[in-house]
Amino acid sequence: MCGIAAFFAKTPAAEARLGEWFCPMLACLSGRGPDSAGFAIYRNPAPAGEIKVTLQSPDPQAWAGLAAALARDLGKVSGERATATHCVLTLAAPESAVRAWLAANRPDLTIMSIGTTIEIFKETGAPASVMDRFELHSATGSHIIGHTRMATESAVTTAGSHPFSSGLDLCLVHNGSLSNHNRLRRNLRREGVEFRTDNDSEVAAGYLTWRLRLGDSLEAALTGALRDLDGFFTFAIGTRAGFAVLRDPIACKPAVLAETDEYVAMASEYRSLADLPGIDKAALWEPEPAKIYAWNKADYQRRQAA
Amino acid sequence: MSFILPGLRESATFDRHVIHEIQRAAETGIYDIRGWGAKRRVPHFDDLVFLGASMSRYPLEGYREKCATDVTLGTRFAKKPIHLKIPITIAGMSFGSLSANAKEALGRGATEMGTSTTTGDGGMTNEERGHSRLLVYQYLPSRYGMNPDDLRRADAIEIVLGQGAKPGGGGMLLGQKISDRVARMRTLPEGIDQRSACRHPDWTGPDDLEIKIQELREITDWEKPIYIKVGASRTYYDVMLAVKSGADVIVVDGMQGGTGATQDVFIEHVGIPTLPAVRQAVEALMELGLHRQVQLIVSGGIRSGADVAKALAMGADAVSIGTAALIALGDNHPRYDEEYRKLGSAAGCYDDFHEGRDPAGISTQDAELQKRLDPILGGRRLANYLRVLTLEAQTIARACGKSHVHHLEPEDLAALTIESAAMAGVPLAGTNWIPGKS
Amino acid sequence: MKTFDLSRQTVRELNQALHDVPADQPAEFLVTEPRGAHALACGIRAPVKVTIRGHAGYYCAGMNQLGEVVVEGNAGVGVAENMMSGTVRVTGSASQSAGATAHGGLLVIEGNASARCGISLKGADIVVKGSVGHLSAFMAQAGRLVVCGDAGDALGDSIYEAQLYVRGAVASLGTDCVEKSVGPEHLAELAELLARARSDLKPTEFRRYGSARQLYHFKTDNAASY
Repeated sequence: MCGIAAFFAKTPAAEARLGEWFCPMLACLSGRGPDSAGFAIYRNPAPAGEIKVTLQSPDPQAWAGLAAALARDLGKVSGERATATHCVLTLAAPESAVRAWLAANRPDLTIMSIGTTIEIFKETGAPASVMDRFELHSATGSHIIGHTRMATESAVTTAGSHPFSSGLDLCLVHNGSLSNHNRLRRNLRREGVEFRTDNDSEVAAGYLTWRLRLGDSLEAALTGALRDLDGFFTFAIGTRAGFAVLRDPIACKPAVLAETDEYVAMASEYRSLADLPGIDKAALWEPEPAKIYAWNKADYQRRQAA
Repeated sequence: MSFILPGLRESATFDRHVIHEIQRAAETGIYDIRGWGAKRRVPHFDDLVFLGASMSRYPLEGYREKCATDVTLGTRFAKKPIHLKIPITIAGMSFGSLSANAKEALGRGATEMGTSTTTGDGGMTNEERGHSRLLVYQYLPSRYGMNPDDLRRADAIEIVLGQGAKPGGGGMLLGQKISDRVARMRTLPEGIDQRSACRHPDWTGPDDLEIKIQELREITDWEKPIYIKVGASRTYYDVMLAVKSGADVIVVDGMQGGTGATQDVFIEHVGIPTLPAVRQAVEALMELGLHRQVQLIVSGGIRSGADVAKALAMGADAVSIGTAALIALGDNHPRYDEEYRKLGSAAGCYDDFHEGRDPAGISTQDAELQKRLDPILGGRRLANYLRVLTLEAQTIARACGKSHVHHLEPEDLAALTIESAAMAGVPLAGTNWIPGKS
Repeated sequence: MKTFDLSRQTVRELNQALHDVPADQPAEFLVTEPRGAHALACGIRAPVKVTIRGHAGYYCAGMNQLGEVVVEGNAGVGVAENMMSGTVRVTGSASQSAGATAHGGLLVIEGNASARCGISLKGADIVVKGSVGHLSAFMAQAGRLVVCGDAGDALGDSIYEAQLYVRGAVASLGTDCVEKSVGPEHLAELAELLARARSDLKPTEFRRYGSARQLYHFKTDNAASY
């Protein structure tokens, strides 16, 4: 049980204020999610042929020598930025090679996300302190999804926090409680999907990973989720292009959407959106059950160019 | 009891009870509804014993050296916590399931002993409010009779997520007890089969429950302690979440909890026993650093002062009785055996309280049957029983050297079976072994 | 007129002031900067008039008695839940469970109401000028729900004796809910409700729905309906 939120900037001006506007949104959801917080921010695209890897470690000395070792074994490391317990590295190497190298050489590090623009930051602790540690307030970027957690049936840990990465530039946050995730987890494990926690939300993310791996579009994968996942959920899914929102057919867990010329924002409670600029004139609505809503950056960039 | 000849062997899988039930189902096409809680033997407080005083521990003199029993509930957020003289409360049972006389008797008995009663799934009656000095008002999925005036004149509010007999269940209650007065209180047509919701209508999940609790506090100006009641299931997580939602008090009802009438399969096969539920609840509170600050009430099979003392030793702040209170008033008393037999049952076995034909006159709306329970005498009986429970618990506590029953602790206990040792987190007697822990 | 600016004062202060109004003294309140705060104006028990200028969060006007509450904006989950008497008007739209378990009084929603509008209704009147979401009037026991727009899936599922009037399309009916004939007494009832809601729509444009009463006494052949 939790709070979830998402912010999608339609204009360069909104991109410049992404973190500034998103911080209060997430802070407002602390009541329904006091245990931990996390966000996936899409920003600073990697140069062509390169990928960004976000890693986590509780050890402040973890990053020493890491970039050099990666450069030596895998390929050019064009960027390295450590913030609190996380570090974002940009390097010219395929995803599988990076995963294999890390598993073999640095199993102490946790991979939070891999992609061309995505960076996932998450930790235990009150949401305000988590956002502070990762300097979210001053961040800029294209879009962001976030989560404040009240742990239901699994422990309060960093690994158990959301967002859960589902593939390249893909992640998910979840408000609700699934009821058939244990058997699903076993089945997905047999299909080669890896899990690190006993968290139901991680299973939802893993389910999407699996469907996409089989060749489904995101929409087809989400349609499959409506059929195969049992329980209560509102999902916000982050993609390279934008984000998507989906509620289960019973739709008990809340969701509110707001749209202006500058942004699309989503949150578990209207209160979270109340301080956004232009909210008084925004189109406000609640997503219908079992219907996929998605926003794609390309649609707005075309308009900008036109 | 029929006599089975030697040489005839009953199957343990298809014994006569199972045969009877299958044939009943084939005849009627409906599941069997009954009360009285889980009947099968499960690990319970009987499997624990106390380590009384000896060379290293010294007892207190009974009748001379004080052993206090008072408890305060609702200290976390409420402006007006509740002070009980004894750590035993009367659990929620509706007017509708019980007669007005029975509710009055419970109120009288509880008030005499300085403790509280609880309304049930049907709302608050003036009689109950009048006769109970301390009254806890249940807030249920059905919201039958719910109104702000009663909320404000209650002493505490108990948000019910579930009860031991049917954690996760709503279900259906047959029409015989939807009398005229009950129907009006519940806004239902008279005599119908009542369908009950299993989820609250305007919130689902602890994150939204937190906001609902805020609303209830706002309506009552933050005066009343707010309890959250759950049937024992995933108790460790449930207690964590109840605390995070903002509860002052948590009530955990084990599978032996008997007063909800529901399907037999629900009663016997859903929910965990009271014993592990108490341990899990206390573990969760300890981990959050809130043991004794968020109070824990446990129910489900509390029968004697030994049960009370054991629950407190495991870390509960108080216990609640339902079935035992009705027995004290007279349910299943041998004097009604002939009438029970006319109903196809026998004294000691009767469990069809939902039918409203209770010869003891307690769980009925029938005008003639109700008269059999004199509320004043009934109140006296309940007070007597509560007194005995308290004295028994005090005797045990003194024998363990405690000047307050709350000073009983898990280390005062030993287990007689491996299951109870594992469930209660208490070593097997004569050993240091707690299965799963050491 | 007392004004509460919630950017400077708390919801607790507002509600306490509302509760402290003596039952025989009418009073008027204006609430500004609500910004989706929860539990606004809940537990009113006197004939106070409250205007909330902006969007309200969950349980606005919860358990209202005698109060007249206007939300100049949208309302979150459970607006006027368990209302006993008085009126609540929402100029925008309402989230889920609007008017849940309400016993009396009138709730008017000028925009749309989301899922479960009038769930477990116990005698209050609800008029929605827009549409309502799925499972509206679920287990509704008494009272009246008027929907000027469309109704979502499973309308009136498991309904008891509440009366439903819908003008637009009904996506699907819930268990034991059927269309019923409209007689002169129903037209009169509708006319009165529409007038109180300040709607110009004609009662003859509505259809009536209610309980088929097949679930009132359990029959094993109906088991699938449970």
